[in-house]
Amino acid sequence: MKLSREEVRHLALLVHLGLSDEEVERLREQLSNILENFEVLQQVDTTGVEPTAHCIALENVLRDDVPGPSLSAGQVLANAPDREEDYLKVRAVLEQP
Amino acid sequence: MSLFRLTAHEAADRLRRRETSSVELTRAALGRIASVDPKVRAFVSVCEEQALRQAEAADARLKSGDAAPLTGIPALIKDNMCTAGVRTTCSSKMLESFVPPYDATVVEKLAGAGMVMLGKANMDEFAMGSSTEHSAFFPTHNPWDLARVPGGSSGGAAVGVAADECFYSLGSDTGGSIRQPAGFCSVVGLKPTYGRVSRYGLVAFASSLDQIGPFTKDVTDCALVLNAISGHDPRDSTSLPVPVPDYAQALVPGLKGLRLGVPKEYFVAGMQAGVQDVMEAALVRLQELGAEIDRDVSLPHTPYALAVYYIIAPSEASANLARYDGVKYGFSAKEAESMWDGLEKTKQYGLGPEVKRRIMLGTHALSSGYYDAYYLKAQKVRTLIRREFDRAFEKYDALVTPTSPVVPFKMGERMDDPLQMYLSDVCTLPMNIAGIPGISVPAGFVDGLPVGLQIVARPLAEETLLRVAYAYEQATDWHKKKPPL
Repeated sequence: MKLSREEVRHLALLVHLGLSDEEVERLREQLSNILENFEVLQQVDTTGVEPTAHCIALENVLRDDVPGPSLSAGQVLANAPDREEDYLKVRAVLEQP
Repeated sequence: MSLFRLTAHEAADRLRRRETSSVELTRAALGRIASVDPKVRAFVSVCEEQALRQAEAADARLKSGDAAPLTGIPALIKDNMCTAGVRTTCSSKMLESFVPPYDATVVEKLAGAGMVMLGKANMDEFAMGSSTEHSAFFPTHNPWDLARVPGGSSGGAAVGVAADECFYSLGSDTGGSIRQPAGFCSVVGLKPTYGRVSRYGLVAFASSLDQIGPFTKDVTDCALVLNAISGHDPRDSTSLPVPVPDYAQALVPGLKGLRLGVPKEYFVAGMQAGVQDVMEAALVRLQELGAEIDRDVSLPHTPYALAVYYIIAPSEASANLARYDGVKYGFSAKEAESMWDGLEKTKQYGLGPEVKRRIMLGTHALSSGYYDAYYLKAQKVRTLIRREFDRAFEKYDALVTPTSPVVPFKMGERMDDPLQMYLSDVCTLPMNIAGIPGISVPAGFVDGLPVGLQIVARPLAEETLLRVAYAYEQATDWHKKKPPL
């Protein structure tokens, strides 16, 4: 399938990925080409076939909730781009009216 | 012979006989890195001081008689496995200055076994790529021809072993990222069964496909490293709670009574003639070793594996990479008008073109209106590919294929054509889709460029892989050939 520029912009918005105009155009071409190639999958008869999300039979894995040693706030926050005391600092989520 | 040329088990034997020390091995490796890494560029970080400290500790441990098989052996770790206190970049601007506060389980296990960590290996950004050209820092070069790619995404880890800069290394394999570069660099590379090795502390790319495994100079070393990293881990709920055999016991000569299948779908479409010749010679050798070879095997859904993989892996990646928001760790765009703008700019400037491409591809496959046609369809075909392997393993102990249909290609050649790049993994993707183990061993050369032989077996049959690989290796000397550096 061929993607339009608007569709590429829409996808980028869904994942909050900033793109320049040149990137939008390049991705439009490349993704269209890749998706066209993937249409071969429609040839496969999958009637009555269950999907596989995971190759091993996964069941819920439970354990007792036992307190143990964990990282300190300092260790956890050591890589934070911006912090104040023991908090992560972010830009305002709600704009001023 | 220079110390850096030794295999890990040869070096370990010398350590036990007190003919050398871990500090000497480490100095030899660091010297080799200083002389050849400017040419091949396998390392993102070299940890000289820490490595020498670890070597001294290993020597003390060897003296006390409390040593494990790999104690004191210098190794290299792909830069997507967390190493406490040592930068873990994923070869991305996003994580360029990220210093993990904890070790990945595999690193913890190897450290417990007395590893000397020489440094961290270059890779395609976030393990997305087949050539290591998608590193945000610099490409890694193939030691057999510096103008060619080493394969990827674990290119640095493969080259470190091929160029004798380390005695073994760890890579990760989501669609061939261990086996394809092992083939391209003429070293041994194994992708274990999904769940055999803990993924805790491995930076997630596609969680249902990712698996950690070793690069080594020979099959004996592969068994030793697999022994050291395998096993259940309560911190990874997808790791398998089953006992780990001693893989070294699988290294027995001869293949009498073993049935090997050769699936014909792996020998068509874009395969280079030279690769075909190498494969023919390898099959003859396996037969001489006593294996029964059946060339009339068909896995008819193989041609769909590429599309299945490049829908499922990017879909999982698009979810996994949503965490890079510039808030908790990693790159954060400073100039932004609002929270949303900051988030968009963080990803725009922190991520490279292949990562963006896959995030977009995965987002499309999962988006409303396309989910059934792409993601769900791919998961159903995934079931068919698994079943096909299950049926084949009712008849055969293992399957034999080329590791890649092509020899290492020239740098730059496939960068503008993502589909051409993806095609170099066409022989390795199906095993990740099915969760089964595979190994690549050196099988010969085409005009001086390496070709790998891939052996594949049923889940948890790593012993079969090692047995076939070992018998083949002992009957050939491809693994002893060294690149002209």
